[in-house]
Amino acid sequence: MATFMSRSQLLRYGASILRGQRSYSTDVPKITTHYTIHPRDKDPRWKDVDMERFADEADVVIVGGGPAGLTAAIKLKQLANAQEKELRVCVVEKASEIGGHTLSGACLEPRALNDLFPNWKEMDAPVTQEVTSDKFYLLTQSARIPIPLLPGIPIQNHGNYLIRLGNFVRWLGEQAEALGVEIYPGCAASEVLFHEDGSVKGIATNDVGIAKDGSPKDSFERGMELHAKVTMFGEGCHGHLSKSLYNQFNLRENCEPQTYGIGLKELWEVDPAMHQPGRVEHTVGWPFDRHTYGGSFLYHLGESDAPLVALGVVVGLDYTNPYLNPFQEFQRFKTHPSNIKLFQNGKRIAYGARALNEGGFQSIPKLTFPGGCLIGCSPGFLNVPKIKGIHNAMNSAMLASEAVFETITDESKTSPTVGLDPVSFEDKIRASWTWAELKSVRNVRPAFHSWLGLYGGLAYTGVVYYLLRGKEPFTLSHGGTDHARLKPAAECKPIEYPKPDNQVTFDLLSSVALTGTNHDHDEPPHLTLRDDSVPMARNYAIFDGPEQRFCPAGVYEYVEKEDGSGHRLQINAQNLSYLHRIDHPLVTSRPLRPPLNQSFTDYGNPASTRLHNLSGSGSVHLPTVGFHDCQTVIAGYSTYGLKPIRVLSSSNFSLFWPN
Amino acid sequence: MSGLRVIVGCKRVIDYAVKIRVKPDKLGVVTDGVKHSMNPFDEIAVEEAVRMKEKKLASEIIAVSCGPTQCQETLRTAMAMGADKSIHVEVDAATYENLQPLHVAKILAKVAQDEKADIVFTGKQAIDDDCNQTGQMVAALLDWPQATFASKVEKANGDLTVTREIDGGLETIKVKLPAVLTADLRLNEPRYATLPNIMKAKKKPMAKKKPADYGVDVAPRQSILKVEDPPVRQAGSKLDSVETLVGKLKDAGLVPS
Repeated sequence: MATFMSRSQLLRYGASILRGQRSYSTDVPKITTHYTIHPRDKDPRWKDVDMERFADEADVVIVGGGPAGLTAAIKLKQLANAQEKELRVCVVEKASEIGGHTLSGACLEPRALNDLFPNWKEMDAPVTQEVTSDKFYLLTQSARIPIPLLPGIPIQNHGNYLIRLGNFVRWLGEQAEALGVEIYPGCAASEVLFHEDGSVKGIATNDVGIAKDGSPKDSFERGMELHAKVTMFGEGCHGHLSKSLYNQFNLRENCEPQTYGIGLKELWEVDPAMHQPGRVEHTVGWPFDRHTYGGSFLYHLGESDAPLVALGVVVGLDYTNPYLNPFQEFQRFKTHPSNIKLFQNGKRIAYGARALNEGGFQSIPKLTFPGGCLIGCSPGFLNVPKIKGIHNAMNSAMLASEAVFETITDESKTSPTVGLDPVSFEDKIRASWTWAELKSVRNVRPAFHSWLGLYGGLAYTGVVYYLLRGKEPFTLSHGGTDHARLKPAAECKPIEYPKPDNQVTFDLLSSVALTGTNHDHDEPPHLTLRDDSVPMARNYAIFDGPEQRFCPAGVYEYVEKEDGSGHRLQINAQNLSYLHRIDHPLVTSRPLRPPLNQSFTDYGNPASTRLHNLSGSGSVHLPTVGFHDCQTVIAGYSTYGLKPIRVLSSSNFSLFWPN
Repeated sequence: MSGLRVIVGCKRVIDYAVKIRVKPDKLGVVTDGVKHSMNPFDEIAVEEAVRMKEKKLASEIIAVSCGPTQCQETLRTAMAMGADKSIHVEVDAATYENLQPLHVAKILAKVAQDEKADIVFTGKQAIDDDCNQTGQMVAALLDWPQATFASKVEKANGDLTVTREIDGGLETIKVKLPAVLTADLRLNEPRYATLPNIMKAKKKPMAKKKPADYGVDVAPRQSILKVEDPPVRQAGSKLDSVETLVGKLKDAGLVPS
């Protein structure tokens, strides 16, 4: 199958796009109202609005109240209290309550928790259900083949705990407050502030009270500035402030671009007779074909009195068929004969989705810069074959806090910039078990990219990883960004998905309604397109609008225009319930992708700079507007050949519900 | 004249956007780990009180909430919106499940007397029990005039002119002070509690009291027998003529044949 076009084909595409753009130029619907696209100083509606911001000072500001952010805060306070030093630590979190936007499986490896609170068992932590049985299957349409879990294989779970991460994060929040951390939920950090010397000064929270068309409402209030000596960014996968920092400080020049997956999850109340607390099931194979990196998890949770099962799928966003619909694949998965009875006798009580990192070791950027550092899934420490990232996020946060504390309290060192750079963090993380762990599994994910697909990946894990545990001298590359693998719709077959039966499988809109989120109808959409004409010109024309399918909230819809002259993109902002982020730039820089799907590089020297420059799709994130969180999406640039083409980069999103 | 002293009742309820689930024992709904927030109508009442303060009609706003410890978050939100101080009347979680509007009304009435309030302001009803009783009961206990379902509140001389939303439309009445008001949806759009205000609210005083301090006995007078989901809606059928409709009604025994 041809995976890239000839130059002449591409030039023809390019010409047709330019033609298309010309004919659409007078007809483009105004989707975007954000002030970075339509600046406020030129907008007459903002003329008399007072844009001054109230500012406050702290020692450390942490963006994001998830496992990483809260662990960092706790560790800082533990260090400060041990040395009897005063330290003002503030955590800003976009969810209205801590844990409100937390979504995960989750199967926790307690290693980092043991370091943070050695006596966590006595502290009433909501970590009680140990894994009692651990199964791994390869699914076919009608059967499931058990795959033996030899000790040392990444997906093995002995000694781990099944938790509800939202409850765990809430508990971490309580511990943090008990130690004196100031936590501010409901405040999204929307802008990074800089000193004159270019170092990070702190953050500003979002403005509230803006109408759908971008004009100020009566309730308009400017966000607030929080200044700090060091700002730690723990925004989770694909944080939008982190993205702006990558560009600002060039943090990604020596690593591969991050690759992503989307995780969709449901919580079910099942028949107590079928409930086996502590049972863990992971599968690969059906319903995904061998070239789509996808798998499922199913955990029988044990904490509460209700017999709950958490299950979901993770789909790598480097899938090739634009007709793939991760939500439908998830619904289909539930109909497999091995588990369908569980759902037929059960009741679905929650739904959510979230982006996750799949880049692992090769995609870790530089972590510190003048004025701050990145922790957790923002830079990305998820162990992909294990599908665990909480322990690494927490460990990275603890090491970062040690570095930050040293930097702040070191009287002797003078800093060249006003914002302090916690440089020792890089050394600490490299010496840590997180680094060793990620390095040992670095080749498992890229091993799926050969023509053997899934089977190649499984073979690699079972043989090379099992024997060498990552000591092989080469590092496989991911081969570029996810979007580069998407094929035009014309080359792919549409997938027929079965209709929902509302007992086991459900439709998208009722799932979104279950997330329990809601947006004011008079708010700007939390997505911003850099160029409103691109969706029709490119995404719909070439790829049949894959965003209609990959969004797990039904945000994007291509609707018929009122006058019947074609389609237009409609963003259903009401569905943007607590969305987070997936960046799925839809443009491909096809001819520049190297013909081989893998490139072998020197050990420890990812030579993906070559790939990085070729695809060169930079995407910038814009801060959110409006009271309820959400990050916005921005179009990315891609250069191919000589001409830059602006293309749509889709929103980052995830749906949350208290987990 | 000196400004009015306003008591605002704030109830902590399950957030309006959450999908409610009945507990397996059918005696209540699941509240553990579920998102709670201030009753939306109470938010509107707080907002109106704050606006009155901005117009110099009110001089002090005291937010009051009865319930378990988590109610303190609700009171912090009220103070972040502009209330000057708050009173948390602590009721343990078990008793809270059976706390009725009459109990709350007795407490609010006593608070109003102790604080020498001029206005007691609440939302028209709580979104969890939909009782629509507390405000009216407070007025009766205090023997004060009441202006319920207020969609507009203005002050003229020593009285309040209140426009009420009633079934037939709008009714404008004049009430003498002191009075009880309950807020309806269209009274105003509540402001956002911004971070600087949240930080300031942490320093505002919050008094912690018990119902016994007000001489109110909160022992339950009712017990919940059963809580059920609403019945699943049956599919309808399209009929093609009036005769068929009448025939079906007769068959169902709804119309004498």
